Amino acid sequence: MLEMDQIQKRILEEVADLHDVPIGAYNLRANGKSVGRNSTADIDIQSKADGSGLDITIKDGTKKQSVHIPVVISASGLTEKVYNDFHVGENCDVLIVAGCGIDNCGAQNSEHDGIHRFWIGKNSHIKYVEKHYGSGDGLGQRILNPQTEVYMEEGSSMEMEMVQIKGVDSTDRATTAKLAADAHLVVRERLMTHGVQKALSTYHVTLEGDGSSADIVSRGVARGSSYQRLDLKITGDAACSGHTECDSIIMDQGKILAVPSLEANSVDAMLVHEAAIGKIAGEQLTKLMTLGLTEAEAEEQIINGFLK
Amino acid sequence: MLELKNVSFTVDDDGGDEKEILRDVSLKVEDKKFVVITGPNGGGKSTMAKLIAGIEKPQEGRILFDGQDITDLGITERARLGIGFAFQQPVRFKGLQVIDLLRIASGKDFSVQEACDYLSEVGLCAKDYIGREVNASLSGGELKRIEIATVLARKTRLSVFDEPEAGIDLWSFQNLIRIFEKMRREIHDSSIVIISHQERILRIADEIIVLKDGRVDQQGPADEILPKVIGTEAAVDTCTRLR
Repeated sequence: MLEMDQIQKRILEEVADLHDVPIGAYNLRANGKSVGRNSTADIDIQSKADGSGLDITIKDGTKKQSVHIPVVISASGLTEKVYNDFHVGENCDVLIVAGCGIDNCGAQNSEHDGIHRFWIGKNSHIKYVEKHYGSGDGLGQRILNPQTEVYMEEGSSMEMEMVQIKGVDSTDRATTAKLAADAHLVVRERLMTHGVQKALSTYHVTLEGDGSSADIVSRGVARGSSYQRLDLKITGDAACSGHTECDSIIMDQGKILAVPSLEANSVDAMLVHEAAIGKIAGEQLTKLMTLGLTEAEAEEQIINGFLK
Repeated sequence: MLELKNVSFTVDDDGGDEKEILRDVSLKVEDKKFVVITGPNGGGKSTMAKLIAGIEKPQEGRILFDGQDITDLGITERARLGIGFAFQQPVRFKGLQVIDLLRIASGKDFSVQEACDYLSEVGLCAKDYIGREVNASLSGGELKRIEIATVLARKTRLSVFDEPEAGIDLWSFQNLIRIFEKMRREIHDSSIVIISHQERILRIADEIIVLKDGRVDQQGPADEILPKVIGTEAAVDTCTRLR
């Protein structure tokens, strides 16, 4: 039976909404080691032969099942790089919850670089939730550099929910996806940085097949002296449709660079991008203050709503 | 009771000169009264509503609420004393849902059912709206009704509505009139101030105040004032006047 301390349990709740061991297939990694694992009849989780990560294989036709692979780090000075590969069969419908939380109370940096690769079979639907969270008062930085690669076969679909709201000092996330005919990708990213944090987020989605589509929406809030760079690119190689939206609230001395870009290599590609950066509108604050909130409370409500 | 004593308000215009919006305005809004403030555009009506809510501060004069001098209090403090304010142009929020706004307004984490009751009151089918974001996907009329619902949910001692009819279609307007008629019937211990040009709203009033050129031009019981303003410049909007 796996055991975790209170700090690890708290982080686990933040990144995976789990209070304890999940139901279904899971692998829990704490301070660099797998501390608990469960495969099911349809979902197999194996360590890679070289020990660099996991191979997760989901059988054809697996429906209404979930895989949890959260990572918690409560040790200072731990640096790790993990490769997790998801091999999803055809006609599946599965929820995958990943995410990493770091509690660093020490003086040394702690870093987790997770490389997640997905091969999604024909007509399968995947919902992927990835949450990142940091806590701890130490001088050591909490660093997360996730990379996500997605290869989608015909008729498959994926919803990605990427969330980083609190406590990660430095992140450089890169997501790439290639979509075959009639594949659909929806991404909802929420990012909040504060203090002197730095977050770079890059997406490059290539719509290779006719009838494929992508909808990528990133909402960010940069507070304090933090910095965000959001780099959203869609390439359309076929009769496809793509939309990116980058919507940011800037506060205090924050800085944001939004770089939306589109590349059409087919006359039938329909691509749209939107980007907006602005501070909280004064009239929004005024409205909530007339409902009895203080200015600070109004600000929190507006940000919470924006990032919901 | 709300009382304005000798309130004056000026702004700097584009040329840097002072422009007088309200001059030496004194008026009272008694408890349990439904008061409509009307008058030509540019007469200072919306400014007065903002002065009551604390969004603007007068350069001269005092504002009293239930005997307390609130002139120097901010928006939040006045809201907490029991002053509600519905904007002429309701504000949009990305991400905040209708139920979030209603919960903030009521100050408690009330149930979906309670939220639905307020939406039904303003003629919206609650289940269609409760989870909607208060963003550009809502029409002007829908936003207006949600704005009114947030004021109703606060259950304030004094509710101020700044031109509730502005920007809504005729069908929504009929509903709006019904909402205000109901509010008039169920006024209990509160009082209501509505800034309006509309005769139908003027007809609901207990008292009418006519503001013109930054001053109180007429003030008194509705049946006394109404005949004087119906069909005059005070009760029609700019477009009608220009026709």
